[in-house]
Amino acid sequence: MLAKRIIPCLDCKDGRVVKGVQFVDLRDAGDPAELAEVYNREGADELVMLDISASREGRATLMDTVNRVARKLFIPLTVGGGVRALDDARRLLSAGADKVAVNTGAVECPDLIAELAGRYGRQAVVVAIDARRHAASSPSGTSKSDERRAGNGNAWQVLTYGGTRETGLDAVEWARKVEALGAGEILLTSMDADGTQMGFDCELTHIIARTVHIPVIASGGAGAPEHFAEVFLRGAADAALAASIFHFGTHSIRSLKEYLRTQGVPVRLS
Amino acid sequence: MIALIDYGAGNVGSVLKAVQYLGYPARAVNRPELLSSAEKIIFPGQGHFGAMMNALAERRMLEPLSRALEAGMPFLGICLGLQALYEGSDEAPDAPGLGVLPGRVRRFEGVFKVPHVGWSQLEVRSQNGIFRGVLDGSFVYYCHSYFAPVTQETAAVTEYGQWYAAAVETKNIWAVQFHPEKSGDIGLRVLKNFLEA
Repeated sequence: MLAKRIIPCLDCKDGRVVKGVQFVDLRDAGDPAELAEVYNREGADELVMLDISASREGRATLMDTVNRVARKLFIPLTVGGGVRALDDARRLLSAGADKVAVNTGAVECPDLIAELAGRYGRQAVVVAIDARRHAASSPSGTSKSDERRAGNGNAWQVLTYGGTRETGLDAVEWARKVEALGAGEILLTSMDADGTQMGFDCELTHIIARTVHIPVIASGGAGAPEHFAEVFLRGAADAALAASIFHFGTHSIRSLKEYLRTQGVPVRLS
Repeated sequence: MIALIDYGAGNVGSVLKAVQYLGYPARAVNRPELLSSAEKIIFPGQGHFGAMMNALAERRMLEPLSRALEAGMPFLGICLGLQALYEGSDEAPDAPGLGVLPGRVRRFEGVFKVPHVGWSQLEVRSQNGIFRGVLDGSFVYYCHSYFAPVTQETAAVTEYGQWYAAAVETKNIWAVQFHPEKSGDIGLRVLKNFLEA
């Protein structure tokens, strides 16, 4: 049986892991290599590292960080943050990443996806999509937004630049497009749920997970083990990514997986 | 010296890192002359079957590799490196494989998501060589769209839509469909079994 994957995410700035709500009020959460080792031992299925430095000095530090993290890591490592060109990917892959994540870079230049897939193989290309419900539709659902959701799936739009810029692009259509261009997996973050710790956006996840034929990693909103069970069972996610819930010791990956197993979710547990 | 075949596309870097981490001297090899002096050969395959066989042919590695296999050189194929052992693959109908094992490699059908990505369980058939110390039911990491048929040489199977060869073991030739360099402790154990044998 194919296990659902639990993936801790390390948001890195200047060589440190940070965490905050919607990139405001960043708190130091530790050394990336140390955290990576802890998560690896605890049973993480993969690791994602996203660089939020967005500066040249930040990039150089990132390569060193990737190197240190990858040195003793023998599970898949995905690295992203500011990847705009083939060369950015090449550097990350030589530093030790197995997969590269692209987000804004892909929206602004969709051909980047095809270029990366062509050069490195689609298994090395993860397209990150940050999605938010359109202003007029709300999670609690009035009949108008129910109509819109039930209609043509236009309820979510794609955001770029760390969730600060609206693109007007429909998230479901964009997901289809990135698959066609060569994405190996989609990392789907709900910008409504991100940082709230009130649960993943299972509706968004389900629509996209059942539309594309590539794996979908759910992200944004994890606050309790129940949220993971929901996003796997109702959201049809193939994997789930989270940061705060793990960084601050709220829950261990092991106890999370043990809980998931009791809920009938296939997980990798020794 | 462990030789890692480098044909230009692939996960040579991460396999090299794992082999060195386990304490064995290894190097990436992209010329046939460097193959004969190796103690053992590891072939980390990735990408497209046809592109791989062409790249090997271009580097004049096919003949030396076949001869080395026949002469009893210990060999470990990984991912596409396992698929190369068969007669051919539907991914590239015009590119013959090494033909060491019978049958053809086919694409996954009847499953919603392709490729098969993530951790699946091994049903271990033979616990002596490649899987010494590895428990039946252990999880390993996969990433592939094509699968190899189950034959007499199959050392373990995995299920994704259908049961397929997760690993093969025949005399000096071992191969795994999963990525031992990405499968945590279990993967390192598999690599160690090959390096120590």
